[in-house]
Amino acid sequence: MLVVSLSLAVSVGAVPIPLGTVWGVVLNKLSPGIIEETWSRSREAIVWEIRFPRALLAMMVGAGLAMVGASLQAVTRNPLADPHLLGISSGGAFGAILALLHTGLFIGLLTVPLMAFVGAVGATLIVLGVSRFADATSADRLVLAGVAVSFIIMACANVLIFLADPKATHIVVFWMLGGLGLAQWGQLIYPFMILLMCSAWLMMKATGLNAMTIGDESASTLGIPVARFRLAVFVVGALITGVMVAFSGIIGFVGLMVPHVVRMLVGGDYARVLPGSALIGAIFLLWADITARTIMAPEDMPIGIVTGLVGGVFFVWLLSRRKSGV
Amino acid sequence: MGVVSAATLTVQDLSWSPRRGAKTLLHATNFELEAGRVLGLVGPNGAGKTTLLRLLYRFHRPTTGTVRVDGEDLWALHARVVAQTVAAVLQEQPSDFALTVGEIVALGRTPHRRGFGGNTGSRDKDIINDALDRLDLHGLSDRHLGTLSGGERQRVMVARALAQEPRLLILDEPTNHLDIRHQLEVLDLIRNLPLTIVTSLHDLNLAAGVCDDVLLIQAGRTVGFGPPERVLSEAAVSDAFQVIAQREQLSHSQVDHLTFHLQNKGTTS
Repeated sequence: MLVVSLSLAVSVGAVPIPLGTVWGVVLNKLSPGIIEETWSRSREAIVWEIRFPRALLAMMVGAGLAMVGASLQAVTRNPLADPHLLGISSGGAFGAILALLHTGLFIGLLTVPLMAFVGAVGATLIVLGVSRFADATSADRLVLAGVAVSFIIMACANVLIFLADPKATHIVVFWMLGGLGLAQWGQLIYPFMILLMCSAWLMMKATGLNAMTIGDESASTLGIPVARFRLAVFVVGALITGVMVAFSGIIGFVGLMVPHVVRMLVGGDYARVLPGSALIGAIFLLWADITARTIMAPEDMPIGIVTGLVGGVFFVWLLSRRKSGV
Repeated sequence: MGVVSAATLTVQDLSWSPRRGAKTLLHATNFELEAGRVLGLVGPNGAGKTTLLRLLYRFHRPTTGTVRVDGEDLWALHARVVAQTVAAVLQEQPSDFALTVGEIVALGRTPHRRGFGGNTGSRDKDIINDALDRLDLHGLSDRHLGTLSGGERQRVMVARALAQEPRLLILDEPTNHLDIRHQLEVLDLIRNLPLTIVTSLHDLNLAAGVCDDVLLIQAGRTVGFGPPERVLSEAAVSDAFQVIAQREQLSHSQVDHLTFHLQNKGTTS
């Protein structure tokens, strides 16, 4: 399914490219000379330089955001937890905008992801602080705190954009709506490494995530240092989110939606929910990207619009399901 | 369950307040519970029952004093080591994240696992099956928690605690929200577990029937500790709960039974 989606994602676009050519190019790149080149240089460039990195980035962003959502849902015991709704994405965007428009790339290519991570962690701490300050640990109130903080941070981010050079702002605004179009081979290594390390860590903590769903105090009687564990999961979540935001802008609702779908498929054990979320998240974002690229072809619609639309509807459905007490 | 033994519980000079300078919710409390005894914790709402329990299952760190299980101070040990000896059944309602009954009971093995990963050994499986059997949950082990009744959920949480193979089991109002039959079943189970047990209970007559010892607290202070018939005297209960308590004997079973009336009912004040 993942492979099929990936092939289609590379094949479909303003210039349709046959599936055979897609895999021909890929195999030839991996081991040169294996297949006779029957395609033009420009097609090869489209497949290998533009669409393939873009599809890989879509997969990583989808997998990462879905795993973050799944983990946050466990440690907050909140089925509505999502890096976007909790303001973590906005924090990441704020950090990235600050780096892109104002501070400059003072430590090279790593500046944007690093600043995005710092922004994401900052937003996380603010949301946790606000929810504690307002005594809002219940499920719906944590989300409200997240949305409130998210609005404030986005307002600040917009001030940054407003203050910046008008020529640069167009790119930033476009990027903020969610776009995978900037993917390049040279940069994919950063989100890949972060995703690999963080998902390995989360998988090791699968039992702890399961335990957190039965309650803070009960989890602590199982020997889990609850406060420290929750903070660690939030920081890891901010790390993934920050890096993904830096490369793809704000893509909302993936982290909310995917884990719920996965639980329906494989049950609630995090040893299965996490890999399941990664897989379904990757497939979902590939399709969202295909949709975004084809619906207004040859224009690229920002993918955040697609996930926002699907996710918003899903959110409404989730709320109504909770109300009926299922 | 495998070979389990009961632990002794020693509470010395134990007090707790949320912050420095904040109101003390539990004043210096002392008692010693022999291995295998069942202690009932009773008192009016807000008396500090939950606070004391939280200190016993190492959720709160004592402001003064110590809690010792088999002579070991809980805070001198790692949380995971304590969790191998002390288990708790609380009133927290687990969120429904589609975990099955079997998976929740399996969580009880968490503190006994070494290193990483969630793989379950054959001994773990035996212990989990035993716990499911004991609580009569085998038919339900693939059901999601959200689809169970309140009584069934409570049994799941007890089974999870038993899968921890504790030697001290702490329960917070285990009969709350249960119908009479399930109340009796839970209490019967508690009675017959070869563990040291501390449980808070609202119903004084149930407490008197089930517990070897009773600790009566009021406003964070111990009013009495000892066998129920001695601690739950008419005078002590009347004073602690601000009611008129009368000890009567049930005509059929000849068992002592407390009845309660409001103080100013029928009087002018």
